[in-house]
Amino acid sequence: MLKKVLSLAVAAIALGTAGCAEQSVGESNEPAAVTYPSKTLQIMAPAAAGGGWDTTARSMQKAFQDANLLNGQSAEVRNVTGAAGTIGLAELVSSHAGNAHQLMITGLVMVGGVVTNKSQVNLTQTTPIATLTSESEVVVVRKDSPYQTLKDLLDAAKADPTAVKWGGGSAGGTDHILVGLLAKAAGADAKTVAKQYVAYSGGGEAKAALLSGDISVGVSGASEFTDLVKAGELRALAVSGGSPEDVGAGSPTATIKDAGYDVELLNWRGVVAPPGISDADRTAVIGLVDKLHASEQWKQALTDKKWTDFYKSGDEAKAYFEAESTRITSVLAEIGLGQ
Amino acid sequence: MNAFGDLINGFGTVLTPQNLLYAAIGVTVGTFVGILPGIGPALTIALLLPVALELDNPTGTLIMFAGIYYGAMYGGSTTSILLNTPGESASVATSIEGYQMAKRGRARAALATAAIGSFVAAIITTVLLTFVTEPMARLAVSFRASDYFALALLAMVTVTAVVGASIIRGLMSLTFGLFLGVVGIDALTGQARFTFGVTSMLDGIDVVVVIVGLFAIGETLFIASRLRDLPEQAAPLEPASGFAWLSRADWSRSWRPWLRGTALGFPFGALPSGGAELPTFLSYMYEKRRAKNKDEFGRGAIEGVAGPEAANNASFSGVLVPLLTLGIPTSATAAVMLAAFSYFNISPGPQLLQNQGPLVWALIASLFIGNVLLLALNLPLIRLWVKVLQIPRPLLYAGILVFATLGVYAVSGNIVDVLLAYGIGLIAMIMRHLDFPIAPAILGLILGPLMETQFRRALLLADGDLSIFVTRPLTLTLLLLAVAALALPHLPKLFRGRRPVLSGED
Repeated sequence: MLKKVLSLAVAAIALGTAGCAEQSVGESNEPAAVTYPSKTLQIMAPAAAGGGWDTTARSMQKAFQDANLLNGQSAEVRNVTGAAGTIGLAELVSSHAGNAHQLMITGLVMVGGVVTNKSQVNLTQTTPIATLTSESEVVVVRKDSPYQTLKDLLDAAKADPTAVKWGGGSAGGTDHILVGLLAKAAGADAKTVAKQYVAYSGGGEAKAALLSGDISVGVSGASEFTDLVKAGELRALAVSGGSPEDVGAGSPTATIKDAGYDVELLNWRGVVAPPGISDADRTAVIGLVDKLHASEQWKQALTDKKWTDFYKSGDEAKAYFEAESTRITSVLAEIGLGQ
Repeated sequence: MNAFGDLINGFGTVLTPQNLLYAAIGVTVGTFVGILPGIGPALTIALLLPVALELDNPTGTLIMFAGIYYGAMYGGSTTSILLNTPGESASVATSIEGYQMAKRGRARAALATAAIGSFVAAIITTVLLTFVTEPMARLAVSFRASDYFALALLAMVTVTAVVGASIIRGLMSLTFGLFLGVVGIDALTGQARFTFGVTSMLDGIDVVVVIVGLFAIGETLFIASRLRDLPEQAAPLEPASGFAWLSRADWSRSWRPWLRGTALGFPFGALPSGGAELPTFLSYMYEKRRAKNKDEFGRGAIEGVAGPEAANNASFSGVLVPLLTLGIPTSATAAVMLAAFSYFNISPGPQLLQNQGPLVWALIASLFIGNVLLLALNLPLIRLWVKVLQIPRPLLYAGILVFATLGVYAVSGNIVDVLLAYGIGLIAMIMRHLDFPIAPAILGLILGPLMETQFRRALLLADGDLSIFVTRPLTLTLLLLAVAALALPHLPKLFRGRRPVLSGED
């Protein structure tokens, strides 16, 4: 418990300082210690083309080029697919150490993947650059479900941990982690509740399982169920972010915290560089991503993709990555998925 | 709702020079993508997404993407038939009889029945898509985990149609496929199985890798290993008879399988966990069972090409049903198309028809036009494709090997996949030398994981109570169908069992 409070505090401090960092970047001129980038910038999306990390990488590439941030150099995106990004992570750490022109997109999913896949390499071995965006999770039930509120649902799970059948993305992924966190916060038997979780490949299968009645609760990214919520087929019980959000109901859906459970989970995405790059290089990469974040082109990308801005760079990003690693590892262990 | 009037308006939207151009580009790109092993429509559309965003024309883009999808299905049959190298799992059933036809100089007829069958299936199912989308989607999402298990079991019976002469060899091939299917992280528990500590294998072995390995690479190695014994060219070719691609007899043998394949493919495509492979294999089994001249199967029966190809294309219209009405993608390509929709701020789902009616009708109209374009493109291309068979073998298969390797590498950008494909290719070569059938391995690879996952999901959701498989009427019906499909062909033998079985039929 103390650990969790601590990590939350770290996250809060990081959040607070992020705002200040943003302001100072605009004012002080970067000391042009190194010319960066001095050659083609490689951005690795550690997942298949078309997914969230890939879209983030390609939006970055586009904004870099459209905003002329690359000293006339260009940026390339390549995909290294598989195993929640840990294959890409292993490549970044083993093959590109010291090369500041190799960046990789990362996120919460990779933090969980490192634990569940027992990856030899973890995120703290990279050079953290920044977090970029975040997305809330949403908890939904069918329109004819007996659970009207999150409390109804968690009370039922507490009374009989096997009564509620949950469904979402891959085992040990963000959705599964949220189920574990909710069960813990409600004082239910987290291990048994987490065992009632059925993993589906992608939101589509989970949607079908909700509609067919296989599962009673769906957990996924906030935008996943929007249309079915809008059509009245599904009811959104809560979102996992810091503030209420409209996920299709026409009015904002309350957060898990509003319902009285101390859980906040953001599916964030960010960018890291390989290990072993010089301090001057690190400063230059952070400076470049700071400029990206300040650009009109990036703001436009955020609006177009409906991403929530979630920016921390440099040391705040490092602290956040570490805090999330600690928190996720302990949750996964508690629900029986870590070692 | 006046679907007909809306559809006419849809045609109005598509029949502009610009959108027609998009449709033409889509079907052409799709045809070539389908021919190249490994590079499928999902990858192509994903790579084209950023370009499409620049065009800023949602209707045109979606028309192009649908064209790529359909085009890939037409193209996919070409290499299966000519060279026994299907590039994706949905073309495997086609290759069984198609390649045998090509070997006997009937490549033109095989390609023609595939193209025309694809066209017939696509047109019929697009009409169905226009009128029965809503009830169809409701029915599709009523399938639960236990139903999927029973369905997969029913499809598993088709293995009896593809085992070939030796049941032992067939079952060994099936087991090999089942083994390849379980490699990777177990979906329900997150445990790694048979990965041998190789990180790249955590996600399992991609179906494309296995198929390219078993067919393109396996076939190439096999041919290379006995090149001296073979004639210079890949296959003889019957002289062309003008414009008539299909003889009168071919037509009369093809049209029923086309319709039956269509009837199988459409509903399977609509199932959220169905896929195009199941109906193609079911169609193959059904045609084989029905055939009057059973011995022709395995030696190039045109029904065995016509049915599966129609089923393959019909399943695509089926895929669109849950995609458009519920926002549920049922195939990799549909998932990428869903991403394309969201790029343009269109969210498929119950309200799509209300919010974006014109776009949906334009998409449906483009399916009609795209298929006409595809037929117009593919029938004349047959003349060109069959020329492939006249390329000297060493050059031809060297080319196949290059494209196969590129295709596998393109899927994941990972050298481990290429090595795996070659390893599987080597095994496939040995299998060919020892007369093992290849198709059962594919069935095991696809159906094994489906059966396992759905069986365990069903049990988990029922708190471990096995009675779930007999208490749900739909599940029970499907299970009984599976038993019937397995037992029926043997019933006559059982009844005749009293007499000495020396009729020499088997």
